[in-house]
This record gives sequence, C-alpha cells and structure tokens, in this order.
Amino acid sequence: MRIVVRGKRWKTFSLRFLRDFEFMTQSKYLPILSIFAFLIFWFGLAVFLQSRLFPSPKIVARVLWQQCESGELPYHLGVTLLRLVVSFTISMLLGCGIGIALGRSEKLNAFFDNWLIIFLNIPALVTIILCYVWFGLNESAAILAVILNKVPNVIVTLREGTRALDKELLNMAKCYQFSRMKTLRHVILPQLHPFLMSATRSGLALIWKIILMVELLGRSNGMGYQLHLFFQWFDIASILAYTVAFVSVIQALEFWMLKPLDNRALKWR
Amino acid sequence: MTDVHIHIHEKIHRGAKLPTIENFALTLNAGEFVCLVGQSGCGKTTLLNSIAGLDSHFSGEIRVGNQTKNPKIGFVFQQPCLLPWRTVRENIDVVFTNQNAEQILYVDNLLDFMQLTAYSNAYPKQLSEGMRRRVSIIRAFAVNPNLLLMDEPFVSLDAPMAREVRFLLQQLWQQRPHTVLFVTHDLREAIALADKLVFLTSRPMRVLREVTVSIPRENRHDIHAIENFREFLIQNYPELQPLL
Repeated sequence: MRIVVRGKRWKTFSLRFLRDFEFMTQSKYLPILSIFAFLIFWFGLAVFLQSRLFPSPKIVARVLWQQCESGELPYHLGVTLLRLVVSFTISMLLGCGIGIALGRSEKLNAFFDNWLIIFLNIPALVTIILCYVWFGLNESAAILAVILNKVPNVIVTLREGTRALDKELLNMAKCYQFSRMKTLRHVILPQLHPFLMSATRSGLALIWKIILMVELLGRSNGMGYQLHLFFQWFDIASILAYTVAFVSVIQALEFWMLKPLDNRALKWR
Repeated sequence: MTDVHIHIHEKIHRGAKLPTIENFALTLNAGEFVCLVGQSGCGKTTLLNSIAGLDSHFSGEIRVGNQTKNPKIGFVFQQPCLLPWRTVRENIDVVFTNQNAEQILYVDNLLDFMQLTAYSNAYPKQLSEGMRRRVSIIRAFAVNPNLLLMDEPFVSLDAPMAREVRFLLQQLWQQRPHTVLFVTHDLREAIALADKLVFLTSRPMRVLREVTVSIPRENRHDIHAIENFREFLIQNYPELQPLL
C-alpha cells in the first residue's frame, strides 16, 4: 500500500515537472532558460577544472560586487560608455548620410567604392596606432580611431539598403510632390529600418571591442585600461567581472531600447 | 477642372535605336475621361510617367491648364503603391502638405463612398487586393487633381473584383468629375469608362485614331451596348483591327 502511494506521488511529481518544463520551454521563457543553462554549464566547468584561471560564476559575482562597492567599476565603465556613445553617434550619423548618398547616386558610388574597400580592410589596430601617432595620445584621437573603424561598415549596410528601396514608392512620392524631408520620413527611413537596426546592433558590438583596444593602447582610464592591468596580474575573476558588467549594459540597451524601437517600427508587420 | 495639352516630339530610351514616342499630340478637355488603348509595351506607361514628371528626358511640352511644371496630378499606378507601414487613412493623408478640416471631411466622404470607413485604421496587408486598389483611387482623388492618370489599375484583379472597383470608379468620377487619362489594353473596359477613346500605334507610339464613345453613361453597364459599340468600331475602322 505504501509503495503504491509513493508511486502515485512520484507519478504526480513527474507529471507536474513535465508540465512545468513544457511551460518553461514556451518561446518567451527560452531566453531565461538559456541563461540559466549557461550559468550551470560555467559553474560545472569551474568545479571540474578547479583552477584559479577559471573562476566560478560565484567568485566573479563577488568580485563584481566588490568592484562596484569600491566605485572602480562604475567609473571605468562610465568612461568607456561615454566614449561608446560619442563615437557610435558620430559613426552612425556619418555612415547613414554617406551610405544613403552612395546608394542613391551611381556616380558617387563608382568614385568612392574603392575608398570604401580600402577603409574596410585596414586593420583596426593600424588605424588606432596611426591616430595616436598623428594626433597624440588624447581623447580626440581615440574617438577618431573608433569612428574610422566603424563608419565604413555603416556605409556599406546603408548603401545596400538604399539600393534595395522600392522605386515605385519613390515614384509615388515624387508624383505627389513630397518634400525631401517627407520622402525621407515616410518612404525611405521605414524601408531602411532593418538596415539601420542591423548597423546599430553590429555597431554596438564592434565599437566597444575597438574602444577597449583604443583604451588598452593609449588611455589611462576606461575598461580597456583596467583589463590591461588585470591581465598583468593574471586576475581572471576581475576580467570576467568587467566583461559581465559591460555585456549586461549592452543587453539592457538591447532589451530596453532597441527591442521596443523595433517592435514599434515593425508594428505593421 | 482644366484642359490638358500633351505634345511629345520625341522620347527615346537610353540605348534604344527607335524612339518610344514620336510626334504624339493629344488634347483632353476639362472633365473629360479619355482612355488610351494600345498594345502591351507600346509606351503607354512611359507616356504617363512623362506626364507625371517621373521621366523628364523627352522633347516636347505638357501643359495642364496654364502649368507646364509641377501640375497637381493624381496617379493610380499599376500596383497600389501604398506605404505598408501606414494605415489606410495615413496613406491617404500623407499626400497633403497641411491638411485642413475641409480636406479631412473630403477624405472621410471618399472612404465612405468606397466602403472603406471601417478599414481606415487597417494596414494595407490586412486588405484584399481590390480594397488596396480602392485606397489608391481615393488617394488620387483626395488631392483634387487637375489631371488624374490611371495606368491599368485593374490589370491584376480577377474579373468580378475588377468589375466592382470599375463600377465604384465610374460612380466616383460622375460625382466628382476630373480630367482623366486612363491607360488600358482592354477595349471593353475602355468603352465602359471613356468619353473618348484614343487608339495608339506600336513603337514609336503615336495617336492612330480618336473615337468618341456614343453610349449614354447610364447604359455603360450593359454588356450588349458595349459589344455593339465594339462591332461598330470593327466595321468602321479597319485600321484598328489589331487593337480590337
């Protein structure tokens, strides 16, 4: 009789677990589930390796908290974020303007296409070194180096987007005598939205990596500078703590800014 | 309403040996519904694009009333050409620079007439093809144009839907007459709609013959009347045979 009860309980528990698991695997919970899976994998690997060079999530979280309490992390993270905002804004504005112009004019594109290929293929490190050598180890040189690295990518993305614009809609705008601003707002920008979002996302991912290199090579603050110090001390927990902090900020940006923007712009779909 | 004078001396596409349009002259009286009938590829769309200012590489003059530049034109394209990210109402309102109360009311009436009031907040992809065509017709009428260009607007609709939209267009035009230049290769459609038929030659495109449609407006839905008129054209104008 007791065995039967236990069996029933086990059966009920199994069914409930399966039902909950099915609930959890619904698409809206999958991202959370994947983060937990990643943390568990990380934790398991750290326990298995038992190495100072591969700290567990718990140790990284403790270091992150200590760095936040001391004010070190917020300061350096803030400096890097400021550089990111400035260089990202300038890169996007310049890249969008030039990209749309090249996409609209065959002659301009034929002339500047080779320049674009050259700039796309110059290694980031070369641009950074040249900017520091030519303009000195200052903030402007650092920002310029990041912009020069990012702008060609934005130009290419936006140029391709502009080439793919629906000509019939542009004809409609011309026929009904839309002003340039009206055409840009109602006809061109909504069509370029996927390309803009793509340039924004890839831009954020690329720019912060370049900024770290710029800071590592020639600045005395920011995350890149700090990571350089931690590297010298082989302080892997701090390196991971800073990485987690920055990735969290970018994720927050994606979640609170880019996704809602996307949802709003693509409501019609 | 204004008269429209079209004279295109020559229009040659880049790289082409023969001109697409040559010595084309046509006058549309104010409030007249004119149908251009020609074979596919003869240059009808090129002509409309030239009139609308979408293609300015031609020699000649197009005068809408007293204006030779930027006349107020409504254009119903072969495809509806609606902005997919704007609602029906927004797609119509977007053609106004500063919309006043009178224009808002006018658009309301047009939507009501075309039986689209309930769909004014819908996006184009939520509409049927026939509804999308109706929206593009409303948009063209909404600007109160001096010349309304229509480029085979019912070409990809099935027969019953085309008939329904054509009927609504006829009703709308009779209530709010504008000078219309309607392009088609369907003679029956042209007879049902037009005051005047203009038959066109193939490349280079010229006016072959102008024929006034003598069927009273109230009989334009009568298939027999249309067929009789077509027979009349066949018997009296043998040179039009390839177009009939």
